[in-house]
Amino acid sequence: MGQLAELISKYHVALAFWMTIKLTVFGGLGALIIGTLVAIFRVAPINVLRWIGTGYVNIIRNTPLTLIVFFFAFGVLNTLNISLADQQSPTSIADNNFRWGVVALSVYHASFVAEALRSGVNTVPQGQAEAARAIGLSFLPSLTQIILPQAFRGAIAPLGNTLVALTKNTTVVSTIGVAEISYQMKNMIEFSPQLLYAIFLLVAICFVVLTLPVGALFTYLSRRLAVQR
Amino acid sequence: MTAPTTVLFDAPGPKARVRHLIIGIVGLVVLLLILGLVIRGLANPRNNQLTAEKWSPFLQPSTWLDYLLPGLLSTLKAAGLAIVLSLVFGILLGIGRLSKIRVVSMVSGVFVEFFRSVPVLVMMLFAYYFALYVLHLASNQPFFGVVVGLVFYNSSVIAELIRSGVGSLPSGQREAGLAVGLTEGQAMWSILLPQAITAMLPSLISQLVVVLKDTALGYIIGYYDLVRGGQTFSTNFGNLIPTMLVMAAMFIVINYALTRIAQGVEHSLQRRGRAGGQPDESLPGELTQPPVVAQL
Amino acid sequence: MPNTKKFAALAAASLLTASLAACASDNGGGGGSSGDNDAVTIGIKFDQPGVGQQVGSDYKGFDVDVARYVVKELGYSKITFKEAPSAQRETLIQSGQVKMVVASYSITEERQQKVSFAGPYLVAGQDLLVRADDTSITGPDSLNGKKLCSVTGSTSAANVQEKFANKVQLQEYDTYSKCVDPIINGTLDAMTTDNTILAGYAAQPQYKGKLRLVGKPFSEENYGIGIKKGDTELCGKINDALDKMVSDGTWQKDLDANFGPANFKPDPAKNPPKHIPCS
Repeated sequence: MGQLAELISKYHVALAFWMTIKLTVFGGLGALIIGTLVAIFRVAPINVLRWIGTGYVNIIRNTPLTLIVFFFAFGVLNTLNISLADQQSPTSIADNNFRWGVVALSVYHASFVAEALRSGVNTVPQGQAEAARAIGLSFLPSLTQIILPQAFRGAIAPLGNTLVALTKNTTVVSTIGVAEISYQMKNMIEFSPQLLYAIFLLVAICFVVLTLPVGALFTYLSRRLAVQR
Repeated sequence: MTAPTTVLFDAPGPKARVRHLIIGIVGLVVLLLILGLVIRGLANPRNNQLTAEKWSPFLQPSTWLDYLLPGLLSTLKAAGLAIVLSLVFGILLGIGRLSKIRVVSMVSGVFVEFFRSVPVLVMMLFAYYFALYVLHLASNQPFFGVVVGLVFYNSSVIAELIRSGVGSLPSGQREAGLAVGLTEGQAMWSILLPQAITAMLPSLISQLVVVLKDTALGYIIGYYDLVRGGQTFSTNFGNLIPTMLVMAAMFIVINYALTRIAQGVEHSLQRRGRAGGQPDESLPGELTQPPVVAQL
Repeated sequence: MPNTKKFAALAAASLLTASLAACASDNGGGGGSSGDNDAVTIGIKFDQPGVGQQVGSDYKGFDVDVARYVVKELGYSKITFKEAPSAQRETLIQSGQVKMVVASYSITEERQQKVSFAGPYLVAGQDLLVRADDTSITGPDSLNGKKLCSVTGSTSAANVQEKFANKVQLQEYDTYSKCVDPIINGTLDAMTTDNTILAGYAAQPQYKGKLRLVGKPFSEENYGIGIKKGDTELCGKINDALDKMVSDGTWQKDLDANFGPANFKPDPAKNPPKHIPCS
């Protein structure tokens, strides 16, 4: 036990866990925003926007997250040289990796958010849309004020799944050197292989602690908030 | 695709059509502008990513025969073995969860919930080091790590699919089985399970997309998959970005094809009247996801 | 959870069988422990230009040349190369999958607990690779405020941070090749590892003239040939082969062929090295 405690402080496990939480929260917000936009594009009355939305979902959803993280790290940051941090700051590398990691997570999971919302839109009865149009609302107001709020409620279960998946997928950004928990797991095991089981359990429990309550909350919400018909 | 959404807006009149055309053109221009900026950035002399010397290697057979195709083959090999094993363990776990014996259903439940919560990468790392330090495996530790990591996660997912698939069958199926003298176990294996598996076929095929994408994590533990093969190749020509684009295209084509196959199977099942994963009308508020959406 | 354990054990067992079956087809039957006396399997690096690199269906680099020479001297007629990632080198040797590992493999006390070493055949040192026109970096102590690239889990970057420049920013990637482009276009400033590997990158045609090796090695890495622990007979034979390689001029010729384009010469005071006694 003492050895494990030593490892935990040596490899800043608490800090790494905090990093995982930050990635989840910011990535989740980003995915929700981009995903909602893409969903609107996908049901818009304009062909071009629908194509863009469909293209986005088909391309992003079928690409491994690893490659998407690489694109932002090596393509956008290192090659196009678009920095999200002050290049002169003494933490510019860590900041850039974290922020581009969040962008990559947002972009990837946005495609699942968009699909969840679109399936949510499909659960909203046609009468709702017809009623909105009957009182003179045009596409955007009827979508944002009538349909989408109900679609969100209908899409709560898949949105919850997406958030749980996002939490677990934060581990992938360790490939560009973001010091989150799986990154430290690797270092810890290589430093003390004899503690393999303890280290694995520690990391696994961190994720169970994060994902089980979220999953339970969303299941509860989907029962509570689902539109009764 | 327009069919379910057309109720959202009126059939456009002449004015609206003009407006839509303008918005459409603006959208297209913005998209092309972004693409143009990216291409200009890549072509910029500081980067030189679009030069012939970085792209022409893809015309040489050696690139494909020595790096990309062997890599793709390893990716497919790991993914294929993982899905088969996941199916076996997933069915066992799913039946375990439905078992009338409480210990069995509880243990299966804990197993499923636990491994659904742990990231695949964490399990791959564990399995890899387990093979290295505990089993002292003679060879292929990365392969072991990739497959075991994938199997733990995906068998939990498949167990859940089986559980919901069996759960969605009418109770008359089981009862009819019992009435003709089958035991609970026989009814499960010969009546419920085959129907559940047929119903979840589309979800299973979509799960292959997830497995294929997750296999790409294997390069982190040194598995010579497509991503790693591509990286080794790009060391020769310094063309990491072109290589990543090519690899992404390969993944997109394969996964898109799998998704379409899943959709095709789903449609044909629906025509035969035993579609899986449809929202059950009798359970208001209980929303089952359409299977193809479930890929993460 | 006895059942969970059983499941896990079952999973592990069935996978073991499956992976072993798969491995048999992987190796093409050229395993180091096979009864075939003419064939031998050697572990090398696949992604280090100049040292050990897969080029199409062929392999190039100084390590590869050394391996080929030694293997020929030992009387084998057929050689199979297998990738030996850093973390797996000891396992590859211990399990008998490869007869030898020739993969920029530094002799250290820790590793000598698990494997034996013949050689060393080359003395390298940790160094820095920077942009050709960047004169501000002259050594590890001028790295403060700079951005340094290295690979995950390697000790070389931590080494720099601890001993020379604590205000250096570290970027860690999984392979060295990812460090190179950002250095050339200025996103990062330097990368660090053994000078042999750095020289290999600097000499690649597409990077020609864009990179500069600082040339002040600040550690000593004795590259040895890793073999099964306690095999003094093989060790002695390899050392004889290495001596012959130096005396007949092949060693120098191969060194020039692989590192000449980078204008790189390993420290002449230490090279070619005298081999250590076999144990």
